Amino acid sequence: MLGAIGAGVGWWVTSPNPLPGDALAGLSGDVDRGALVFAASGYASCHMAEDGPKDVLSGGKTFKTQFGTFVAPNISSDPVAGIGGWDDQDIANAVLRGLSPAGQHYYPVFPYGAYNKMTPQDTADLIAYLRTLPASDVPNQTNDVGFPFSIRRLNGGWKRVAMVDDWVMQSPPTPEIERGRYLVEALGHCAECHTPRNAIGGLDTGAWMMGAPFPVGEGRVPGIAPSVLLWSADEIADYLESGFTPDFDSAGGEMAAVVENTAQLTDSDRMAIAQYLKALPNEGSDD
Amino acid sequence: MTSIRKLGAAAIATLIATAAFAGGHSSTPEEAAIKARNAHMSLYGFNLGPLGAMVKEEAPYDAAVAAALAGNLAALASIDTGAYWIEGTDMSVDGSRAKPEIWSDAEGFAAAEMAMTEAATALAAVAGNDLDALKASFGAVGQACGDCHKAYRGPRQ
Repeated sequence: MLGAIGAGVGWWVTSPNPLPGDALAGLSGDVDRGALVFAASGYASCHMAEDGPKDVLSGGKTFKTQFGTFVAPNISSDPVAGIGGWDDQDIANAVLRGLSPAGQHYYPVFPYGAYNKMTPQDTADLIAYLRTLPASDVPNQTNDVGFPFSIRRLNGGWKRVAMVDDWVMQSPPTPEIERGRYLVEALGHCAECHTPRNAIGGLDTGAWMMGAPFPVGEGRVPGIAPSVLLWSADEIADYLESGFTPDFDSAGGEMAAVVENTAQLTDSDRMAIAQYLKALPNEGSDD
Repeated sequence: MTSIRKLGAAAIATLIATAAFAGGHSSTPEEAAIKARNAHMSLYGFNLGPLGAMVKEEAPYDAAVAAALAGNLAALASIDTGAYWIEGTDMSVDGSRAKPEIWSDAEGFAAAEMAMTEAATALAAVAGNDLDALKASFGAVGQACGDCHKAYRGPRQ
């Protein structure tokens, strides 16, 4: 009896939670604005083929994590190999809820825990832009994930207990910082690499942006909270445009790809990101 | 002018070699190569800094200084670095952030180095003309830095 209740609760906890059917009602996507959402969200960095070009989202990039090796899928406009056959609601459910059109949970290597805070209008714009990109018929490769993580249903439980649903910075003090919060916490999903994770792979919000082991390989990702990153807001904004640090080292690895994206944003958006980072708690200092 | 450039390159090469030995005579050849690589990168940064300040208009444009700094970058970028890349000195070794792709994709790496040489040479040719010329050619150097680091430099250990 208890077992049956447990199983029932487990079934409920792991069940999909799709968007309401009218999530995008009345919205029409703008392709040009969608291109900026696309850049700010880093879509190409994960979904382009290893050698590009950046607008062909044929997938294939691998992410070797402690839970298994994940392969980015084809999200080009191809109706069979990609997502060209999906309707807007299908794409929105994938981006905002981490659900496939059939209601299956995606693995959280897809940062829907950040994208779930994307505005409906930005979502509509992003979808409009995605539909303009070329088709690629490269078939999806399967993930290499061992038991128990191979049970996709478990991702539903992960979403409920480990995913960071809400804003981490609860009360942004200015509209600029609020915009920065949106760019960093939602679209840019910066925390996915810059914040350490707990044992089940959830982000440790107590060490928000304090730096972490590189999630897909050797080495460390530096902290970007004010106690760790001592750059001025101007220096951060410049870095996000040129890739140059204040002492003229230059961005490398995954961050070089991020800078290619942030270089496409407006000056005011880059400054908003910088001001958000400067507004994070200055843990570990005397201030 | 050309001979002065060459002299500059020779002086920088000596500086790098000195830096490589500065850590002590007990360095292994591998440690010395890693130190030399890092010193070479520091010299790029040292020369890029004041140029970048002019580009960002945080410092006044000075044609002679800009030409000298850009000349140094071109000299740095034309040094033959073949001896730097000893097998087995990738990021699995202390102090190295060199990705294994430097060796497995030697052709691509050579092309990335060549792109830096070309960008720095183009910058040196115009940096002393005026601020607009400096600005127009500076970005390509940054692009070359970033492209190479993206593909061939790993995260900090």
